[in-house]
Amino acid sequence: MSDRFAVGERVRVRAAWPPGHVRTPHYLRGKRGEILSIAGRFANPEELAYGRDGKPARALYRVRFEQAALWPDHQGRARDTVVADIFEHWLEPAEEGGA
Amino acid sequence: MTAQAEHRHHHPHPRQPDLEDQPFDHFQLMAEAIGELLIAKGVFGADDLRRTIEAIDARSPADGARLVARAWLDPAFKARVLEDVNAAAGELGIDAGAIPIRALENTDRLHNVVVCTLCSCYPRGLLGLPPDWYKARAYRSRTIREPRAVLAEFGTSVPDDVEIRVHDSTADLRYLVLPMRPPGTEDMSEAELAPLVTRDCMIGTAVPQPRPV
Repeated sequence: MSDRFAVGERVRVRAAWPPGHVRTPHYLRGKRGEILSIAGRFANPEELAYGRDGKPARALYRVRFEQAALWPDHQGRARDTVVADIFEHWLEPAEEGGA
Repeated sequence: MTAQAEHRHHHPHPRQPDLEDQPFDHFQLMAEAIGELLIAKGVFGADDLRRTIEAIDARSPADGARLVARAWLDPAFKARVLEDVNAAAGELGIDAGAIPIRALENTDRLHNVVVCTLCSCYPRGLLGLPPDWYKARAYRSRTIREPRAVLAEFGTSVPDDVEIRVHDSTADLRYLVLPMRPPGTEDMSEAELAPLVTRDCMIGTAVPQPRPV
């Protein structure tokens, strides 16, 4: 099974707010970033939280975001970044949709 | 005059509250109840539970510091640390646990700092239990949006031309910052270098100083 996204690819975190145990931080939803690396495949925490086996394992990406793109009132340096671990089913190509 | 004699005076002291003065909250009660049930059902014994808690409490940042000091001295070992921290720790006889830990290398262009905005994910296998401030909402919410201001409050100044990269430990990996070796330490041994690598240096809120402070 190949990973959907490649290192360096621009992605957008899904702007979705489903109920349940979700490990995608709210401040990143709908934001654009870039695949920094592929961390491997891990059981889906949204399933594990309810006592299920979390299979099939999902690709987990380390995604880099510009801090200035995350915070409208950003006061820091333009070069500063945030890296978060985001599961594949929370990512879409950056071209899709607006924002 | 002994401390005891000095204390023979007549004014009331505020009483230090006992742990039991606060009501147990929901999660404390749940943890107590589940622990007692598992022992009652024979899943494990009280001694197993105590031993596990002792083992968790016994871990300390000294393990992580030893790993960093070795990486400073041995480039081949450092390469293995950057590949797989748990395996490299195993070479030093350190059991870093089953959760994969990744090293974040600081350079003169990049300073890494770790936070878990969702809860308090932390490389406990190498650093022990996290400090209270790491779990506080102030650190978790501010580090992600104003890292330079937070680092300044830790007494850590990062030059403007260095990228600050905040790592939000959101899922299945844990992060350990591999700080830069400070100048003036070229002649120091692993045992001398390790005390320079404090806990905060491996979280990214501090950088190693040339001499232990």
